[in-house]
Amino acid sequence: MAKRQKMSSIKLADISENYLFILPAVIIFAIFYIYPFIDIINLSLHEWKGIGPKVFVGLRNFKELMSDKIWWKSIWNATYITLWALTFQNVLAFMLALACDREIRFKKFYRVVFFIPPVLSQVVVGLIWRWILNAGKQDGQYIGLLNHLLDSIGLHHLTNDWLSDPATALTCIAIVHCWMGFGWGFIMLLAGLQTIDKQLYEAAKVDGASSWSTFWNVTIPMMVPVILVVVILTVLGSMQAFILVLSMVGQGLVHHTDVPVTRILGAMQGTKEFGYACAMGVNFAIILIAVSALMKMGSNKLKQA
Amino acid sequence: MNGYIIRRNMRYFVLHLFLMSVAVTCLFPLFYMIRCSVMDNQTIFTDKGILPSVVNFGNYATAWVDGNFGTFFFNSMLYTTSVVIGIVVISSMAAYAFSRLSFPGRDWFYYMFVIAMMIPLPGSFVPLFVLMNKLHLTNTKIGYILCMINVGLSLSVILLKTFFDKMPSDLEDAARIDGCTKWQIWWNVALPLARPAVAVIVIFNALNVWNEFILAQLLLSEEVHMPLQVGLMKFINVHTVNYPIMMAGLTIAAVPIILLYLAMQKHIIKGLSSGAVVG
Repeated sequence: MAKRQKMSSIKLADISENYLFILPAVIIFAIFYIYPFIDIINLSLHEWKGIGPKVFVGLRNFKELMSDKIWWKSIWNATYITLWALTFQNVLAFMLALACDREIRFKKFYRVVFFIPPVLSQVVVGLIWRWILNAGKQDGQYIGLLNHLLDSIGLHHLTNDWLSDPATALTCIAIVHCWMGFGWGFIMLLAGLQTIDKQLYEAAKVDGASSWSTFWNVTIPMMVPVILVVVILTVLGSMQAFILVLSMVGQGLVHHTDVPVTRILGAMQGTKEFGYACAMGVNFAIILIAVSALMKMGSNKLKQA
Repeated sequence: MNGYIIRRNMRYFVLHLFLMSVAVTCLFPLFYMIRCSVMDNQTIFTDKGILPSVVNFGNYATAWVDGNFGTFFFNSMLYTTSVVIGIVVISSMAAYAFSRLSFPGRDWFYYMFVIAMMIPLPGSFVPLFVLMNKLHLTNTKIGYILCMINVGLSLSVILLKTFFDKMPSDLEDAARIDGCTKWQIWWNVALPLARPAVAVIVIFNALNVWNEFILAQLLLSEEVHMPLQVGLMKFINVHTVNYPIMMAGLTIAAVPIILLYLAMQKHIIKGLSSGAVVG
C-alpha cells in the first residue's frame, strides 16, 4: 500500500513537471488570446464608451450594423481589393511561376527579387507609394513621380490626384496591395509546379499534345490543391488588409477607402464606441469564417472531381 | 534547325523581358526611396534626374537625431530580439511536451492552439487594448512584448510540434538513459536538433515583429517606447512636407529587414515552399 502511494506520487510529480513545459505558453495564450476572444463577444453586446458603466443592449449593435451603410461599403471595398488580388495578383504570380519553372538563367535572382516587396512593412510600402503618387505641385511642376512622368511624356490630361480622387484611390491601394502580395503566390505556386513529375510532361509530348493542351490537362489539374491554398490565403489576407489604407491615405473623414478593420479602428479611437467596434469585429469574423467554410466545401468538391 | 534555335532564343528573350520588367517594378520604388533620401528639401522638387546631382547623407543624421529615428530603431531592435527569443523558448517547450511527454488533456491543449490559428479575429485589438489598460501595461515595453509573443505563439508551436513528431528520438532516449532530466534533454538535445524549424520560426517572427504596426500604435503612445513603424507614421502626420528626412527614415526602417531577408532567403523560401506543398 505504501509502495503504491509512493509510486503514484512519483507519477503525479512527473505529470505535473510535464505540465510545466506548456505552462508559459498556456498562460500567455489564455491572457492574450482567449480572454480577448471572450471579451470581444461580451463587449459586442454592450454599449460602452471605454470608460464608465457598460450598458447591456443585447443584439442592438448588430441590428444597427445591418443598416450601417458605411460598414457595408467598407466590406465592399475590401471585397474590391480582394478581387484585384485574386485576379491580377494571382494570375501574375502564376505566369511568373510558370516562366521560372524551367532551366532558365537568373532564376535565383528573380526568386529573390520577387519576394522583396512582401518582406517590407505595409507602412514603408504605403509611404513610398504615397510619395510616388503625390499630386502636389511646386513652382508649376509636379512633385509626385507618376504625375511628373505623365506630364513629361505629354499625357498631361491623365495626371490625377490619385489618392484623393474617390474614383482612383481604392484602385491605387488595391494595385499596391497586389505589388506587395504577388511574391507570396509566386513562391508557393513555383514550389507546387516543381513537385509535378516531369515524366508527365514528356508523356504528353510523346502523345503529341500541344503545350496549350498540356497546360490545361496536366499542369492545371496537378496544381489544383496548391491553387486552392493560395486562393484561400489571398482571400483571408486581402479582406483583412488595412495598414496600406492607413499609410497611403490615412484615416480621413471620407469613407471611400474605408475597409472593415479601419472602420473598427475608427469606431474605437474616433467616437469611442467600444461596443459597436466589437460588434463590427464579430460580424466581420462571422463573414470571414462563412466565406472560408464555403471555399473549403467548394474545394473538396473540386478535389473529388 | 536554325529556325528552331532562333525561335527558342526569341522565346527566352520574351520570357526574360517579362521577368525583368517585373523585377524592375519590384526594385524601383526602393531605389527611388534611397534616391530621394540623399536629396535636400529644394532639389527633391527640382532635380528630376534618375540619379541625384548632389548627394547629401546629412538627412540620415537629421532623421536619426532630430526625427528621433535612433530611439525608434533601438526600440524595434529590442522588441524584435526579445519577442523572437521569447517565442523560441516558450513555443519549443510547449511543442516538446506536446510531441514527447504525456499528460492528461495533452491533445486538447494542442488543438486549442491549432483552432486559434484557424479562426480569423479581425478587431481583436479592441478587447486587447481594453485588457492592457486594465493591467496598466499600455505604454510599457513589457506589455507590447508579451502581446507580440502571443501573436507568434500558435504558429510556432504547431511548426515545432510537427518537426519534433518527425524527428527520431534515439538521441533523446540515449540522453535519458545517461540520466539527463527532461529540461536538459529539451534544451541540450531536442532544441539543437530542431535547428531548421527554429530558423524558420526566428525569421518569420523577426519579420513580423519588425513590421508590426497596429498593436504598437494602440499600446505605445510615448515616443520613448515607439518602434520604427509607428515613428514613421507619426513623423508623416507631423512633418508632412519634409520628404527627404522621411525617405531617410523609411530607408532606416527598410534596410535591416532587406539585409536579414537576403542573408536568410534560402530558409524563407524553403519554409514557404514546404508550407505550400503540405498545406
